[in-house]
Amino acid sequence: MSKEPVAIVGIGQTKHVAARQDVSMAGLVREAALRALEDAELTWADIDAVVIGKAPDFFEGVMMPELYLADALGAVGKPMIRVHTAGSVGGSTALVAANLVAARVHGTVLTLAFEKQSESNAMWGLSLPVPFQQPLLAGAGGFFAPHVRAYMRRTGAPDAIGSLVAYKDRRNALKNPYAHLHEHDITLEKVQASPMLWDPIRYSETCPSSDGACAMVLTDRAGAARSPRPPAWMHGGAMRSEPTLFAGKDFVSPQAGRDCAADVYRQAGVTDPRRQIDAVEMYVPFSWYEPMWLENLGFAEEGEGWKLTEAGVTELDGDLPVNPSGGVLSTNPIGASGMIRFAEAALQVRGQAGEHQVDGARTAMGHAYGGGAQFFAMWLVGSEPPTT
Amino acid sequence: MSREVAIVAFAQTDHTRRTDELSEVEMVMPVLHEVLRQTGLKTSDIGFTCSGSSDYLAGRAFSFTMALDGVGAWPPISESHVEMDGAWALYEAWVKLLTGEADTALVYSYGKSSPGSVRDVLTRQLDPYYVAPLWPDSVALAALQARALIDAGDTDEPALARIAARSRQDAAANPHAQLPGARPQGEHVVAPLRTGDCPPIGDGAAAVILAAGDRARELCARPAWITGMDHRIEAHSLGVRDLTDSPSTRLAAERAGAFERPVDTAELHAPFTSQEVVLRKALGLGDDVRVNPSGGALAANPVMAAGLIRIGEAAARIHRGTSDRALAHATSGPCLQQNLVAVLEGDSHE
Repeated sequence: MSKEPVAIVGIGQTKHVAARQDVSMAGLVREAALRALEDAELTWADIDAVVIGKAPDFFEGVMMPELYLADALGAVGKPMIRVHTAGSVGGSTALVAANLVAARVHGTVLTLAFEKQSESNAMWGLSLPVPFQQPLLAGAGGFFAPHVRAYMRRTGAPDAIGSLVAYKDRRNALKNPYAHLHEHDITLEKVQASPMLWDPIRYSETCPSSDGACAMVLTDRAGAARSPRPPAWMHGGAMRSEPTLFAGKDFVSPQAGRDCAADVYRQAGVTDPRRQIDAVEMYVPFSWYEPMWLENLGFAEEGEGWKLTEAGVTELDGDLPVNPSGGVLSTNPIGASGMIRFAEAALQVRGQAGEHQVDGARTAMGHAYGGGAQFFAMWLVGSEPPTT
Repeated sequence: MSREVAIVAFAQTDHTRRTDELSEVEMVMPVLHEVLRQTGLKTSDIGFTCSGSSDYLAGRAFSFTMALDGVGAWPPISESHVEMDGAWALYEAWVKLLTGEADTALVYSYGKSSPGSVRDVLTRQLDPYYVAPLWPDSVALAALQARALIDAGDTDEPALARIAARSRQDAAANPHAQLPGARPQGEHVVAPLRTGDCPPIGDGAAAVILAAGDRARELCARPAWITGMDHRIEAHSLGVRDLTDSPSTRLAAERAGAFERPVDTAELHAPFTSQEVVLRKALGLGDDVRVNPSGGALAANPVMAAGLIRIGEAAARIHRGTSDRALAHATSGPCLQQNLVAVLEGDSHE
């Protein structure tokens, strides 16, 4: 039994900002969904099902918000599913939607992820119950900083690598009209002079807290044939999970991440990701995760990821551009961040990424992770349909 | 060309009012081990895992990440989670098997309502700007629906009482039920609903294993084949819905193929007696259909697992040979806003 090929024919995002006080949650998600429909030149009536994702309900204080959002997303009378896999959720949500098409359950599916973080406080939404845990674990940075330190010790990476990533991503964001942070006066010196938050992570090496939504229209071969603009085609997609804490877990390069990438490459027939993939949208909420994930995803040998960053390989005009959109470091509506990675990868292979387009990108990867670096979701998209 | 997928194992906890002594992982592990035991599978044999739960019941963000430890998730597994009743986790797993990317799937869900006031917690599901600030609780909303039904002449209080009595009488034969056996209908909680019309508040978990094609036949003597499954959502605002009807249930049933041939059993996720009236009408169930032989959600309603349990109970009847074609239903949201219908069949008699 063969799967139906999955095409991405519509992509919409909101302009991500710290607080969208002009819209409700329903208004926010509808804005992204309408832009995706407009891109696909489809109407609500063309959508067979809606798959929605966001990170914890405590971020906005609404339990199972898909119930309330059904009307805003044109889902009344349709199937609607709500996915939640922590920070990887935006990616997982897209994969659940893609499976509906691949399994031929539905022809055209709207998938959307959002976070309206201004309605709550993500720092505490992300923290396990504070009275019962070490204060160290407050917020995501406290959790991840020791693992960054472990990476530096293990690989001998110079201290400046993290700031190079942040400087690059924030400059890339200037070319992306939807990015949250547009720091026109950014300099490497400013990044390096920013306050130390969780040693070795500086303020300018952390992601912002954003309001935003991202939507995609996924469809089958027949739907793709009707698409007014070039579709992106899915060549592989996978999720992998491992426990938060256990003896033997490698926080620097989790096995779940390596296995997930390997599964995607197997599906897509990729044997040499460094040469065969033209652009990567990688989930980098703290700058040091770029070199760490370069190794985890097989773009560099173990211990060598930072050298790619240092040599400028991951710059927008480099040999392997990473986060041409500005990435999570420039835009982070948490539940949507993974889907933005997936959508930006699709924009690249459709040739529709505007000023942050990677010249000639034909194969791109979208990557997301969540929890204690334990949940992974990835897809690989191409400008041509899969051959198998 | 659709792929054959079946439920091959089902387990649930004994549902109780409180489980203060158990963490969620401790509550989930026995049912996971039980479905694995029934099939002889190990965690490492499972192709895909999906769970359903709610952070709001657990009272903390990312509660499912800890529950995953109960699966023994190493080496890394292919896994997903829906912030919904486990019935939708089963749906996601079913779709995954239909793609051919996996041959087996483990589905589980759990909910502990005991740590808080579930009536209040569920108000957080409502429109956050206009309705939730008023804290209309789940019993009050169900009472509005019951009142609409009575006003429309679809039922009356004695008829509701008979549904309650029948459910709990049936539950006497269900060792997992929280409220088995006859009990008084009680006083009004929110008129016209009395204590007996409302579900018990309790904690519980359930697990199911799905398998495709010949794998299912290897793992189970009489697999419960999923011949169709669909779910539909309605408008959120109660003011724009006819509360005496459930068009989403009817449409889901139609898409699942429920009306193509009669079913002999229906496990309906109706936490309130009045909701059974709505669902029976939407599904066109006659008196010859055995409705909720397990006792249904009126006998045990572990929130986030109760829908998955309906599917599991229907499958278990097929496994035992007491049903040939069963309908299972799950619901989510206030007043039956979202509804899922699965049709399960056993292999025809040899």
